[in-house]
Amino acid sequence: MTGILDYKTGNLGSVENALKRIKEEYVISSERNTLAKCDHIILPGVGDAKWAMENLSKSNLIDAIKGFRQPVMGICLGMQLLCKHSEESDTECLGVFDNVVCKFPSNMPEEFKVPHVGWDNMTDLKSSLYDEIDEDTFFYYVHSYFANVNENTIAVCNYGIKFGASLKKDNFMGCQFHPEKSGLAGEKLLRNFLKMK
Amino acid sequence: MLAKRIIPCLDVKDGETVKGVNFVRMVNVGDPVELAKAYSYDGADELVFLDISATVEGRKTFLGLVKKIARNIDIPFTVGGGISSLDDAARLLDAGADKVSICTAVVNNPQLIGDLAKRYGSQFVVVAIDAKQVNGIWRVTTNAGTKFSNKEMFSWAKEAEERGAGEILFTSMDNDGTEFGYACDPCRKLADSVHIPVIASGGAGSIQDIADVLTKGGADAALAASVFHYGKIRIPKLKKYLKEHGVTVRYIYGIDNYGEE
Repeated sequence: MTGILDYKTGNLGSVENALKRIKEEYVISSERNTLAKCDHIILPGVGDAKWAMENLSKSNLIDAIKGFRQPVMGICLGMQLLCKHSEESDTECLGVFDNVVCKFPSNMPEEFKVPHVGWDNMTDLKSSLYDEIDEDTFFYYVHSYFANVNENTIAVCNYGIKFGASLKKDNFMGCQFHPEKSGLAGEKLLRNFLKMK
Repeated sequence: MLAKRIIPCLDVKDGETVKGVNFVRMVNVGDPVELAKAYSYDGADELVFLDISATVEGRKTFLGLVKKIARNIDIPFTVGGGISSLDDAARLLDAGADKVSICTAVVNNPQLIGDLAKRYGSQFVVVAIDAKQVNGIWRVTTNAGTKFSNKEMFSWAKEAEERGAGEILFTSMDNDGTEFGYACDPCRKLADSVHIPVIASGGAGSIQDIADVLTKGGADAALAASVFHYGKIRIPKLKKYLKEHGVTVRYIYGIDNYGEE
């Protein structure tokens, strides 16, 4: 059973649809006890970091998330929330990863439009999350903020700046892109995640 | 490297896919959900789903159909047609749309762009510009191309960006339905004048037309309907051609001979 962490965020429905398509049983919940019993947990997210952290705090989920022992995956804003700090509304985040989240600078070369929207590929793929996924595989991104590259980075995307497209530390991982909107590649990545113990 | 996107557009009227030739003569070309699924498996990077009857006849987009599409496809999709308020957009978001495309309502009430962007983020807001060239000026039309507004395209696109639009969907009404190629020059001018992605629409007749608008035309994405619906262009073949001509495109994951037919 996979738990989708519910804190009233935008892409919860599309994560739910993706799990339905691969016939994975799931529960949508904001109850720590329900989530603690799940084999895997997905932290979705679209929206503003401050607003999201406030919602997690209101639902008493901050310590609960940090205490999860099963594989946890943050998607998009969900991954950024697992970082230490976000420039978006100057927000203190969960701090599972040491990374900081910054906005793409305004002085990027002309061809790099912000937000970074569309299908992009990655380099330096590590972890079993990327089993049978190579550097020619494209995933769908929509974001204006990015995590820096450091020892937690398991995939790098180069969009004018090299950023952490995917992060992992212990049982926590995250991806900046949207596997639930990334076709068969996204489906493969979700299956790889659900195989993790 | 960011890929150029190929976007089939599903014009829907009364729950069925249609394609207008110059937006007037309609021919039925199938079930939107089945088409959406087929395109997704074929390698479409995104889908646009327009309720073309909405503005003219006051019909609202069918939420049920949007829900069904969201359940069945695994790529992003945009919904447009008849969206005139935050509530309309919220219902579509809840039904599973990733973005909304708005034309007439934002021309009449530009503030709606900012209201939508503030509530749901710029990535959710695609401003559609249907433009027609009159005496050398690209004029913005509304109501599915039936009315001229007092806006000029390039200044309107800039205003839309400043107000919070995440993308511009530019349709040349002069080219739409002709299959003579996209309006490449104005598209290039548009792409150079805004800092958000531009989706080019209207006029695709061949693979070369699509290659042209993505290179010379400077578009970030190419949208087309009938050439895909009637099978004149198959997406795998199109992407193979684009890749061979130096355009970054996404090949479908897990299909070794993608592009070979």
